[in-house]
Amino acid sequence: MLLIPCPYCGARDQTEFGYGGEAHRARPTDSDRMSDAQWAHYVFMRKNTKGVFAERWVHAAGCRKWFNALRNTATDEILAVYRMGEPPPGGFTDGLPTPAGEPAIGSGNDGSTVALGAFDPGAGGDRP
Amino acid sequence: MIPGDRPHRLPAGGLIDRDRPVRFTFDGHSLDGLAGDTLASALLANGIHMVGRSFKYHRPRGILGAGSEDPAGLVQIGRDPATTLPNLRATEVELYDGLSAEPQNCWPSLGLDVGVVNDWLSAFLPAGFYYKTFMETAGRWMAVEPLIRRAAGLGVAPTAPDPDRYEHVNRHCDVLVVGGGPAGLIAAKAAAGGGARVILVEETAHLGGRLWSRADGAVTLDGKTGRAWVSALAAELAAMPEVTVLTRACAFGYYARNWLGILEAVQDHLAPGDRDPALPRQRLWRVRAGRVILATGAIERPLVFHGNDRPGILLAGAVRSYLHRYAVAPGTRAVVAANNSDAWQTAFDLHEAGVEIAAIADTRAVPEAALIAYAERLGLPVGFPATIVATAGRSRVRSATIARLDGAGGLAGGDKRVRCDLIAVSGGWSPNVALFSQARGKLGFDPALQAFRPAESWQAERSVGAANGTVDLAASLAEAVTAGAEAARATGFPTPPPAVPAIEHAGPAVPYGIEGAWSLPSRRPPHRTRAFVDLQNDVTAKDLTLAVREGYVSVEHAKRYTTLGMGTDQGKTSGVNGFGVLAAALDTPVERVGVTTYRPPFKPVTFGAVAGQHTGVHFHPRRTTPMHEAHRDAGAVFEVVGDWLRAQAYPHAGEGFATAVQRESRAARTAIGVLDASTLGKIDIRGPDARAFLNRVYSNAWLKLAPGRCRYGLMLNEDGMVFDDGVTACLADDHFHMTTTTGGAASVLAWLEEYLQTEWPDLRVYLTSVTEQWAVASVCGPGSAALMADLLDDLDPDPAGFPFMTHRTGHIDGVPVRVFRVSFTGELSYEINIPARYGLWLWRLLLERGAGYGITAYGTEAMHLLRAEKGFIIVGQDTDGTVTPIDLGMGWAVKQGADFIGKRSLSRSDTARSDRRQLVGLLTRDPRHVLAEGAQMIEGPAETRPRTPMLGHVTSSYFSPTLNRSIALALIAGGHHRMGETVYAARADGTAIPAVITGTDFLAAANARGGTA
Repeated sequence: MLLIPCPYCGARDQTEFGYGGEAHRARPTDSDRMSDAQWAHYVFMRKNTKGVFAERWVHAAGCRKWFNALRNTATDEILAVYRMGEPPPGGFTDGLPTPAGEPAIGSGNDGSTVALGAFDPGAGGDRP
Repeated sequence: MIPGDRPHRLPAGGLIDRDRPVRFTFDGHSLDGLAGDTLASALLANGIHMVGRSFKYHRPRGILGAGSEDPAGLVQIGRDPATTLPNLRATEVELYDGLSAEPQNCWPSLGLDVGVVNDWLSAFLPAGFYYKTFMETAGRWMAVEPLIRRAAGLGVAPTAPDPDRYEHVNRHCDVLVVGGGPAGLIAAKAAAGGGARVILVEETAHLGGRLWSRADGAVTLDGKTGRAWVSALAAELAAMPEVTVLTRACAFGYYARNWLGILEAVQDHLAPGDRDPALPRQRLWRVRAGRVILATGAIERPLVFHGNDRPGILLAGAVRSYLHRYAVAPGTRAVVAANNSDAWQTAFDLHEAGVEIAAIADTRAVPEAALIAYAERLGLPVGFPATIVATAGRSRVRSATIARLDGAGGLAGGDKRVRCDLIAVSGGWSPNVALFSQARGKLGFDPALQAFRPAESWQAERSVGAANGTVDLAASLAEAVTAGAEAARATGFPTPPPAVPAIEHAGPAVPYGIEGAWSLPSRRPPHRTRAFVDLQNDVTAKDLTLAVREGYVSVEHAKRYTTLGMGTDQGKTSGVNGFGVLAAALDTPVERVGVTTYRPPFKPVTFGAVAGQHTGVHFHPRRTTPMHEAHRDAGAVFEVVGDWLRAQAYPHAGEGFATAVQRESRAARTAIGVLDASTLGKIDIRGPDARAFLNRVYSNAWLKLAPGRCRYGLMLNEDGMVFDDGVTACLADDHFHMTTTTGGAASVLAWLEEYLQTEWPDLRVYLTSVTEQWAVASVCGPGSAALMADLLDDLDPDPAGFPFMTHRTGHIDGVPVRVFRVSFTGELSYEINIPARYGLWLWRLLLERGAGYGITAYGTEAMHLLRAEKGFIIVGQDTDGTVTPIDLGMGWAVKQGADFIGKRSLSRSDTARSDRRQLVGLLTRDPRHVLAEGAQMIEGPAETRPRTPMLGHVTSSYFSPTLNRSIALALIAGGHHRMGETVYAARADGTAIPAVITGTDFLAAANARGGTA
């Protein structure tokens, strides 16, 4: 279970929170001038990022405040939280160690759960 | 065997109480054991090895291990349909007086099993047999599945409700140590010295781990015997106020952010009569830890040779546990077969206990000289490189055939058959990495161990001791002390690490040495070799190589195709051997084959523990209105709406539900009806921008609603679909009282808050839920004005001066009330809102003072009927998230001009289609026929093949007493343009019911025709 740092209350169990999907999608103010396709894109389409993703959470069983979080969706790490209306803090990238963008460890589907050669003699393993 | 005779109990030692005999039954036989025994140790003490039969071939299965790793020694405890427990490991069931255990998966009896025919047919039951035979033809699997399930069964699930209590405990701690062996114990001490909150969980009843599997004194720690050292350390931990030690507690799941699930078997080890009713049977601990130390030990693997599954074949380490922990010699003449140095200790200990050693067979070309010398000194016959190639014996092993290995993967000559009643096997020790892997850590294959062990951690945890592949006790303790001190420092409780005890061994102590031997050669042709990898699911080495031949080269695919490790034991003893066999078949290093994913739970967890306290009335809290007591006293039938219990109808004595509904709804149209509407969601909305806010969240116009007036509104999602409705009253220019549907109250409040916080933070609006502050009685019917005049102190209810869709404040017997002239039913109505604590008083007053006016309390069923007669929608019944206001014929509730949530979607090409499903009325040709709600509507009187187009479905359907005929609402494709046309309700028996499409206000239509239909 995730431990989510509410910017107003501090770290709390995931069960206290509700999920709000992709962040930074302002509701259009000129929808009457938008095409059906543009409007449908706003209503129905969301990013499905693997890696660092800006998303909304609400502390539903706490202060009931909405806030934004940067989460690495591959590893479930919450990298930063920030208040509504604030821009996402910079400096977070997934570090793309493989062409598929899989972190070396922790993503759960990072190719293999086995680190090849970790304990081969003389291969940098921690056994003599 | 003579009950009571314990020929295999050793004269001294063990964690058993020789003064407390315990009587139990197994398979109908009355047997005895000692307090401190497990069912397995007591059975072995009685010379019983066979405890059940295998899943697929019904082969005899015995006890292999001594703890939670045991794959196939499964039993059913008790026969009571409420408390019987299936699939328990005999190795984990602690004995108590009166315990009754039954073998599983054998019929008619343990000795004679009809299913054994599967064993004779084994050549025809290869890997993937069920898929190949039954899945190809559609329908065939459905027919045979029940038969296969019955034949290939495990235990029998209880059929009556569980009478036991369970509870959940939530804890935070700084350091959680999993495993109470020597490494875990000293790690806990190292972590706790600075005051950190430490929890230590131990799966068995006793701290000390495998120190109990050595003769006490065979190892000394700072000069103390194992037993003395453990006792001293346990006492030290018990004296520390921030340390919690849980025994009989299994950490079964390692989830995100160091959140672990732990199952504590609080009273399972006690006889039912001895259990404390104040305590639960089991506790589920949910622990969030700052740091986790995994000291979960290692699990021994069997050797994979032909005939390796007979009762009497035990893991070498388990044999030592039975010798020293339970003082049981599991045989009289033993063969020890291994590919490593550790199993030799079993031979030495058996010899010491008086068990004859028939042979030690080591698959390695060069075992350690110190071991060979020690064995020779004891006079034990030793063979190497050698393996077992066959065994004999049905319910107990009788002999083993030992063959020389040729050093090139084959067999040399000179097979020797030796008599034995015990075979101790060891294929080496695998670090118990289940929790580490659940925590997403990466494993590495250690060639020195021939096993996978933790390589890279992902979460804040460290593995120590045997769990980390550190076999040597001194090194293991040093590692544990370091990890404990590091965890203390990391969580803010630094403390100097305790000294690592000095270790001394009696007898030969050689470093652990092993050579990989995943699958051993056989004298038999491959198709007749029965070398089992998974003893529970009957997976052989041959099955795995067949899977590879058929293309299942991924370890995950091969697992599912053969069911390797998919039993209740989750492959604890079979997994790594299976990966090794696959590696050999694929001719690739085992680390490239990889491992299957370790998932929670580490071992089975009862549903009772998962449910915890949340059963029966505690499963879901029910809300009741202030008037609930009166409804209950009136004999109301209740229904659950949202979280609420609402009165559905008030049947009189001797009156059926349907009759009551007819009576109640007739009263509301002809005299006075009163409904408890307290459950409606109520939200107090204030602020200078409240009005502008309402205009954005409702589809209709709100800017001009004057104080004192009310308005009905629809709420849409951004996709244009209706999701709630209700009446909102303007109390003042900047103050509104919103009502929502009963089920939608919480989600509407959350939705309003979301828009205020995320889209329109500039709006100054404040929301307060006041649902529970107001009790609401809705009085309706032609006589309601007279009753209200009688009740109200200071407010004239005459509709001429108090018109529809307005509200006033007044008093009833001096109690302030808000009265809304709004209607659920289309009748003259007064909705009385009163502070909640007066709700019951008001309800009783209404029924008492209304008696003379013919007042009748009506429930939600009559309310729905009354609404359907007027074509008033019920959100969630007549709508389902795919319906727009236009579809409902409520275009009048959609404003032009100003934006509102969902507005733009209403003009999307799909939403604007004229052939969408639209809400219409349906009148059946036969006025007595009431359509089934949910009935599908079709075009003609008969269904066409192959598929009849569905026009839509019936959403509400009733018999109207006022109209004296059936009525229904339905969503019909293009229905608004099909008035007067006949459509048909499809029925299972093929006879479709004709019905005419009409408008939705049945009452108005009937009145226009000048009377009832």
